Amino acid sequence: MRDVAIIGIGETQIGELWDKSLRELGIEAGLKAIRDAGVSGEEVDMLYVGNMSAGKLINQEHVAPMIADYAGLDDIPAVRIESGGASGGMALAEGYISVASGFDDIVVVGGAEKMTDVNDEEAKKILSSTADQEWETVCGATFDSLHAMMARYHMNKYGTTKDQFAEVIVKNHSNASNNPNAQYPRAIPKNFVMNAPMVSDPLGMFDCAPLSDGGAAVVLCPAEYVDNYNGDPVKILGVGHGADHIALHDRREIGGMKATRIAAEKAFKNSNISSKDIDFAEVHDNYSISEIVAIEDLGFFKKGEGGPATEEGRTALNSEISINTSGGLKAKGQPVGAVGINQAIEAAIQLRGDAGDRQVEDARYGLTHNVGGTGASAVVHILERWSE
Amino acid sequence: MTTPRFWREIEQRYRGIGVQCEICDRVYFPPREICPHCRRESFGKMNERELSGKGKVLTYTEVHDPHPDFKLLTPYIMAIIEMEEDVRVTGQLVGVDYKDVETGMEVKATMRRLGEESPEGIIYYGYKFAPVKDKHE
Repeated sequence: MRDVAIIGIGETQIGELWDKSLRELGIEAGLKAIRDAGVSGEEVDMLYVGNMSAGKLINQEHVAPMIADYAGLDDIPAVRIESGGASGGMALAEGYISVASGFDDIVVVGGAEKMTDVNDEEAKKILSSTADQEWETVCGATFDSLHAMMARYHMNKYGTTKDQFAEVIVKNHSNASNNPNAQYPRAIPKNFVMNAPMVSDPLGMFDCAPLSDGGAAVVLCPAEYVDNYNGDPVKILGVGHGADHIALHDRREIGGMKATRIAAEKAFKNSNISSKDIDFAEVHDNYSISEIVAIEDLGFFKKGEGGPATEEGRTALNSEISINTSGGLKAKGQPVGAVGINQAIEAAIQLRGDAGDRQVEDARYGLTHNVGGTGASAVVHILERWSE
Repeated sequence: MTTPRFWREIEQRYRGIGVQCEICDRVYFPPREICPHCRRESFGKMNERELSGKGKVLTYTEVHDPHPDFKLLTPYIMAIIEMEEDVRVTGQLVGVDYKDVETGMEVKATMRRLGEESPEGIIYYGYKFAPVKDKHE
């Protein structure tokens, strides 16, 4: 296996982008990444696109060749990767494998989602379709309510509080206030979170990430070739996939995610480092509870300590471990299929030392964590600062 | 959900028919062709098993932002029920106020209306769960 580097990054603004289509989002991100890397179109061997549900959201399947075509790269093979909310991260893992294996040299991995061409109710229904349609949603379960039941379980078992959930959100909004690409680049007070309308008890409106439009892309190449390109490289040190039952009720543990634990174990093993070495992490905070569960299952805190650790500020920027410096899915935004790529881009920005007011000091190791559904699939990447 | 898709699962939705693995005795609902523990050994050895319908609330929530098919019921209660047979099922809780719901509460499956294909279409029925008021019920 060859070492793999990210040599180019590009992302669009995230938000409700009424004047942009899916293909425009994909192309904008892809062109930025290719320019950043200093590669030319004809050098690209393969394009992977993470996308959750273009078929339902914009009634268009086969989106990877469409994006390649409109990027002027119609002769480049392009494949869409779908794994619910983990589509982007899984696409990145595919790109990593094809470069590491020696099959391809230059691979572009993109992610894009266009969620606002349908109304909010329809978009939420589509998001819920990553849960079990026949045995969860048919009975009335929504994606929000499944996470709410996880939250209730975590509260009962470990004493986690609604206050601690709110601290996750306040922190992530504060981080996003220094991220110009974020959908909500502003800090919010805790009482906004606590007093927000209820979505699914105990989760209120501010406990839930938004539905967003956005595109993101990275360019990968073998580490041995980085000197041939202009891009400022970062290394992908290791990747791990994890899996579990599709329905939340079939998992033995409701207050944790086995898929995350397996993915993290594999990624740490492949990287020869441990959770203690990680300086910062982008974790899948599609709900406040999700971040608390994630920082426990990734090994940063013991089970049940995720809530108190957040409350004590141990996950704030430049504290014990900086979690979701970009603002996370909650405040940077949730263009579902792009999320895993957005996370890798934040990691690259941090490791390049380009994060400005949200820079993690002396960042050497970063981790990204992307989850599909309520935890049926997960993927973890570990990235390292480039050293000659 | 379309009619054939719902109709295929009438045995499960109306009668709570699951399966039991002949090798390890584990019970599954909905039915599976293969036991996740015994894997290929279990193929062809998953026997029909009707659930008692009785169980306890494992976790729950009150839904204020509903699935569109259940808009008129909002707010409604969703729960994961740990059934007597050591298998878990997601369903709505009915016949109880949200403030009175608690983890460990005993419930029993009850046949209710789940939805309809369209305003003129067929009606879908299935299980919801209600508190067991009298233990001898």
